[in-house]
Amino acid sequence: MNKQPDPAPVEPANVDLGRRHALQAGGLAIAFLWLGTGGTASAMISARRQAGDGAAAQADGNPSFAPNAFIRIDTSGKVRLVMPSAEMGQSIYTGCSMLLAEELGVGLDQITVEHSPPSDELYGIPLLGGQITGGSTSTRATWQVLREAGAVARSMLVSAAAAQWHVDPASCTVDRGTVHHVASGRSLGFGALATAAGKLPMPDKVQLTDPKDFKLIGKPMRRVDAVDKIKGATQFGIDVQVPGMKVATVMACPTFGGKLASLDDKAARALPGVIEVLRLDNAVAVVGEHFWAAKQGLHALNIHWDRGENANLTTQQLRDGLADAARHGKGIPARNDGDQPQGTLVQSEYRSPMLAHATMEPMNATVHVTPDQCEIWVGTQVPARAQQEAAKITGLPLDKVIVHNQYLGGGFGRRLETDWVEQAVAFAKQVPYPLKVVWTREEDIRHDRMRPMYHDVISAVVDADGKPVWYGYRTSGSSVLARFAPAAMGKDGMDSDAVECVAEIPYDIPKGKVEWIRHDMPTGLVTGWWRGVGPTHNLFVVESFIDELAHRAKQDPLAYRRALLQKSPRALGVLNLAAEKIGWGAQPLPARTGRGIAVAEPFGSHVCAIVEAEVTPQGEVRLRRVVVGIDVGIAVNTSSIEAQVQGGLIFGLSAAMYSGLSIKDGAIEQGNFNDYRVLRINESPLVEVHRVINAEPPGGLGEVGTAIAAPALANAIFAATGVRLYQLPVDRALLVQSPDALKSVAAASTDTGRVPA
Amino acid sequence: MLSLSVNGQSHALDVPDDMPLLWVLRDVIGLTGTKFGCGVAQCGACTVHLDGQPVRSCVLPVGAIGNRTITTIEAIGATPAGQKIQQAWLEVDVVQCGYCQSGQIMSAAALLQRTPNPSDADIDAAMSGNICRCGTYVRIRAAIKQAATGTPEILQTLVSAPQGAAP
Repeated sequence: MNKQPDPAPVEPANVDLGRRHALQAGGLAIAFLWLGTGGTASAMISARRQAGDGAAAQADGNPSFAPNAFIRIDTSGKVRLVMPSAEMGQSIYTGCSMLLAEELGVGLDQITVEHSPPSDELYGIPLLGGQITGGSTSTRATWQVLREAGAVARSMLVSAAAAQWHVDPASCTVDRGTVHHVASGRSLGFGALATAAGKLPMPDKVQLTDPKDFKLIGKPMRRVDAVDKIKGATQFGIDVQVPGMKVATVMACPTFGGKLASLDDKAARALPGVIEVLRLDNAVAVVGEHFWAAKQGLHALNIHWDRGENANLTTQQLRDGLADAARHGKGIPARNDGDQPQGTLVQSEYRSPMLAHATMEPMNATVHVTPDQCEIWVGTQVPARAQQEAAKITGLPLDKVIVHNQYLGGGFGRRLETDWVEQAVAFAKQVPYPLKVVWTREEDIRHDRMRPMYHDVISAVVDADGKPVWYGYRTSGSSVLARFAPAAMGKDGMDSDAVECVAEIPYDIPKGKVEWIRHDMPTGLVTGWWRGVGPTHNLFVVESFIDELAHRAKQDPLAYRRALLQKSPRALGVLNLAAEKIGWGAQPLPARTGRGIAVAEPFGSHVCAIVEAEVTPQGEVRLRRVVVGIDVGIAVNTSSIEAQVQGGLIFGLSAAMYSGLSIKDGAIEQGNFNDYRVLRINESPLVEVHRVINAEPPGGLGEVGTAIAAPALANAIFAATGVRLYQLPVDRALLVQSPDALKSVAAASTDTGRVPA
Repeated sequence: MLSLSVNGQSHALDVPDDMPLLWVLRDVIGLTGTKFGCGVAQCGACTVHLDGQPVRSCVLPVGAIGNRTITTIEAIGATPAGQKIQQAWLEVDVVQCGYCQSGQIMSAAALLQRTPNPSDADIDAAMSGNICRCGTYVRIRAAIKQAATGTPEILQTLVSAPQGAAP
């Protein structure tokens, strides 16, 4: 990381709390901005006191001072901060705490954090139209409002102190939870002021800290959840223990859309520790005294499934359908700048596989349904949605469904869904005791809501110098958005996520035509959000193809991109930074070692990754090093930025190297980490993160590294071997050493220092 | 009745001999720091120490443990290697979601215990059985080296900004 201090961002210090915040969109968020007046755009976090605040604070220990939905201070001086977003590893609890604490005037060591209760009204993210943690939106959405919320609280605490001392509030200062009046040497802690502050009116305006005076923002602050996490003391959903609780594990019909035909549970019920066997239309659960008994019981069941209409489905059928759609289907235009110009047409087709999330914590939920109440303990990215779905299943009013969010053992979009929560509620409804439903890893992978598979046809018309003057893109795939938020679908049924990072590109290519050909999966095969969403898929195609064009033009991929990025200074900035830090072209690389560039502007940020990979003569890929240039605008937590970029890249590289789900006889073939391989430490590269420092508003970060990983890897493999990868994951059989391939790489790029064999 | 020594405490347990230690720890004794990730010794989230050696508790039948003592993440901080590893984990802020980190720390503490100054190859060998989906591997490697040498390897985190001047 760069360690020089940030220049002061320029922004108004005096904030009118009534105005709406202009937010920089990107990624998934763009789709939801289209909600307009027809959607649920009223959902909105606010620094002001809102309807529902009082009840929420009362339910949360009724603190003496709760000026808004985020801050609770009682007379002991204890400061509790309520987190609008869910913590799934991305460090948002630390980021949100820093924003609140910076303005409130407390240290991160003086606060405790709490999960928010379900409420679209109090904790809804405007970009997403609800209480949703996703789309790399959390920092973008809270950057302003949480500082204001902290400033509101500080202003009221200062007013309370000033009134008591009969001095001008402007003559008071705040430091580490204490208000001081330096002139008279008096000071009062927040605890002593809480009751008085709680009776004061909300200020109309607040003074935000001048960025040059930030004590926390812009520093590498330690995570607020770190100490518990290193001691095994953090409570994840799977760790919840409720008195009288029993543990269940489940098996749903392996085929998509299949049903339970019959069940013989005699042997299972006879096992020690097995308590009950429960049924749903499409799944069974065995309840035990502990998970082991439940799992033994599940194995002892004799289940007969009605495998349904997809009983013979295969991956190949899905691939063929997508390819046909991409080549011949009628597209919905995302962009069309007129007729394709005359010139040389270059065209390639790319395929991306279905992916599982494989969060380290398998899906689980603990549910207690009584005649008048449903109580749920679950780690979720969508607490309000979980509450709403449980209310539908139990028939209880919304306020009788209590959701206790937990730390998430990974999210990656999997926990934007509520399918497993709904299933747990449906099972728990059948028993009087609290039921913890824990999926096996096999269940978790086979009944994931998979990242869709895609088939893309990308093309360009190039001029005599090999420079593109027009680009075409036809992408086919299912729509996650159409199911997840139908109201957010655009004109003509357009799914903006499907074309994110391709309808708009940083390159100066005058014209283009971008179309999405909707191709739904068979009934029962539900696709879902996966880290990096549209950009992860589209950037593999776009940035691989740009590399193809560079090599076709016999130009260095860095120089080729530079020439096309002259009108995108921030993209050019990260490209130049990464190239400089890796020493592009400075030293010859060993044989079958290559560097691949990818640059893009996903989620309101700007990123360039350069992967250096070695391919053994046998076709094994060794990831030697990755250097990243990143421009996220203002940095909240410089440590988290580095960690998110590193982790996001490794998540993306892991998928590109190994991951892909396949279907045989209507069911997912993979089931655990032996056949759904992920990257391990011995295969993982060093990832260096270098930041462009400026005062632009913060961009999104959680998915940026993931979205840029695959094309940088594919381009590195091409540089090392001359083999262009048109589908993921990497097929090692294609990479076995071939003298012809090495000749072509040497011919294609002589100026990047590669030495042919 | 089976007797197990966990973190210095003896437990008399009425559980089947073939029950994996993981579920005895989590669902019977109530020590939930040790995690379930795969159930087939592929991910390392369930790693505990048996007489100081790292083992995958999800495939270890309790009947096979005998008199060997069990140490879990809840007590590893009481060992010199565990204390150093946990401290380094904080200093460079290794954790993200944190779910795999109990297992990572148990494997790393066992490594440091037997190899006080591990090489990259030692780290690869000892840690490759522990999967992290958040991709914390870069910091895990740095933290192990920092725990071994006491020398800062990479960016160090701050607990709270110092008073007055910027850090």
